[in-house]
Amino acid sequence: MAEVITAERPVNPVEPFLRGDRMPHIWCPGCGIGTTVNCFARALVESKLPPDKVAVVSGIGCTGRVAGYMKLDSFHTTHGRAIPFATGLKLANPGLTVVVYSGDGDLIAIGGNHFIHAARRNVDIKVICVNNFIYGMTGGQVGPTTPVGALATTTPYGCFEQPFNLPFLAESSGAVYVARWTAFHVRHIAHSMVQAFNKKGFAFIEILSPCPTLYQRRNKMGDGLDTMRFYKQRSVIKNGASTREVDINLQGDIIVGKFVDIERPTLQQAMEQQFRQTLKDRYAGWGGT
Amino acid sequence: MTANPKAVLAGTHFLDGDCACCEGALAAGANFAAGYPITPSTEVVEHFASRIPTVGGVFLQMEDELASSIAILGATWGGAKAFTVTSGPGFSLMMEHIGYAAMTETPSVFVDVQRGGPSTGLPTQPGQGDMLQARWGSHGDYEIIALCPNSPQECFDLMIDAFNFAEQYRTPVLFMMDECVGHMTEKVVIPAAEEIKLFPRRYTSLPPSEYQPFQPLPDGIPEMVKAGEGYRIHVTGLTHDERGYPAMDWRAQGKLVRRLVDKIRKHANEIVRFKEQLIADAEVVLVAYGITARIAMRAVQLAREEGIRAGLLRPIVVWPFPEKRIGELAEKVKAFVVVEMNYGQVVYEVERCTAGRCRTLLVPHGGGTVHDPEEILKAIREAA
Repeated sequence: MAEVITAERPVNPVEPFLRGDRMPHIWCPGCGIGTTVNCFARALVESKLPPDKVAVVSGIGCTGRVAGYMKLDSFHTTHGRAIPFATGLKLANPGLTVVVYSGDGDLIAIGGNHFIHAARRNVDIKVICVNNFIYGMTGGQVGPTTPVGALATTTPYGCFEQPFNLPFLAESSGAVYVARWTAFHVRHIAHSMVQAFNKKGFAFIEILSPCPTLYQRRNKMGDGLDTMRFYKQRSVIKNGASTREVDINLQGDIIVGKFVDIERPTLQQAMEQQFRQTLKDRYAGWGGT
Repeated sequence: MTANPKAVLAGTHFLDGDCACCEGALAAGANFAAGYPITPSTEVVEHFASRIPTVGGVFLQMEDELASSIAILGATWGGAKAFTVTSGPGFSLMMEHIGYAAMTETPSVFVDVQRGGPSTGLPTQPGQGDMLQARWGSHGDYEIIALCPNSPQECFDLMIDAFNFAEQYRTPVLFMMDECVGHMTEKVVIPAAEEIKLFPRRYTSLPPSEYQPFQPLPDGIPEMVKAGEGYRIHVTGLTHDERGYPAMDWRAQGKLVRRLVDKIRKHANEIVRFKEQLIADAEVVLVAYGITARIAMRAVQLAREEGIRAGLLRPIVVWPFPEKRIGELAEKVKAFVVVEMNYGQVVYEVERCTAGRCRTLLVPHGGGTVHDPEEILKAIREAA
């Protein structure tokens, strides 16, 4: 007979940031997205940002479900369009910290155009991209990040397209903060997120994450735990590495770290400066709604 | 509430429809617009870009219409009053976000200055081929509000109504201009700010602990909040319950979509608007909207000169359609003659409303220029 143990349940410090009434979540055992969400919540705790002033915007896909589990103002938008939604939200209400949280397919394939333009404009949003190298929600199709040779349902003989190197794409498009970690690097992720929250401008964090159900299994890379072991063994921390040299291969080393941390005026700062210069006291200013 | 005097260019002006539309948006309190250049609509955002820094607000030229049409929805949840402007090809790209705005009940205005289509079509010349796309263009089921101005003055006046409808019913509103109306220049009288009545956003007064973002009031419309106020709402394009949480089952789907449809259908009498001319004794009633209504009125005059008792019914709000009035008239007139710059769109709605009680004739036109009144007159003669 089971013994009933009653004790006051300690509150996990991340609980206030999660919608407990929506648990259990939809993510598979061994998936890394939940791990990154824990890091996100910890970063919110550490950053001391007022939670009522943080909004999270997601697109569509497995990572696109993050917004729905965060106890913040949260927006689950259309496929690929989290960034332009966030752009409108941030400019209308500049007092918000706006975090875009989505997957590689959403942000870089269907939403790729918005990604490069938001980086170019230096919109003051924080973009977290969970990269699992595959379309998870739809069942394991090839994505813009799938390494050459990897199997996916739509590349049954192996991927033959060159994938994007996301930190390089972000930096060359104009991002002021660029970092990459894997789901193994939980403390680094949270630390990077805090840095990104405190950074003015377009900050980008790529987090490599296992999709044991659809990517690792099909590519005979083991389960979630095996992937964590792989990340641990093959990750090389190189802060300040040239983003040009951080490509990812199917079985090669993974360069992680903070690659870019520069200053440049945000979209709103540039806009205000331009109007002040040209319109002088005719400029009405814009502090938001 | 009334308009912000800083945004209202009160006085008598000589404006084209595109600029008048922009002034209408400003008078309605729009403080955010996002757009992508496309003929013949571009003047609306050019004018907004020049005016808004001195009024207070933001204009962003986005990388495409996909971005423009959702940036405005993000801005709305941030507390702005927002709109976007486009034409044919861009309107097609915006369809997904019209659906997202309908599903998330985001007040917003989408302006489509119609040009000849399909595809790239006639970028600089008129068309009215987007009327059913306006109604049905986004996937799934929903109801929409669409207005059709026929002059620069109406571009101003109706833009204010469009924003008011968007706020009152928490819905995307489509503003269906055409190239002729957009580019014609006429007198536009802009009233003083205090004469412009605005429907305020339906912000809740409930505290966060009692508020459910998609719990409707008795009129079927939920109250709103904006981000950053401590309500920590969830907004999704997925089928959702009153809390805004995804609810993947047929009961939630039926409940939500039924309400989205009903909140327009059940208020149709308050939304429908049309103008009748020479209807009292008419045996033939023309139905035309936008620029085409002005040509149709010329044909009505020509018919009257020949002794044919013709009249004109011009839907100003095209969706929801004035079905009750068309039904009443169907009982007593010989025929409706529908004149539109397409090969038959609104005519189907007229046929549905007449239910065979009188004849319905169509005077179609492929676009590129307006109808010849003589062509319309021929149809009136046939109908009489």
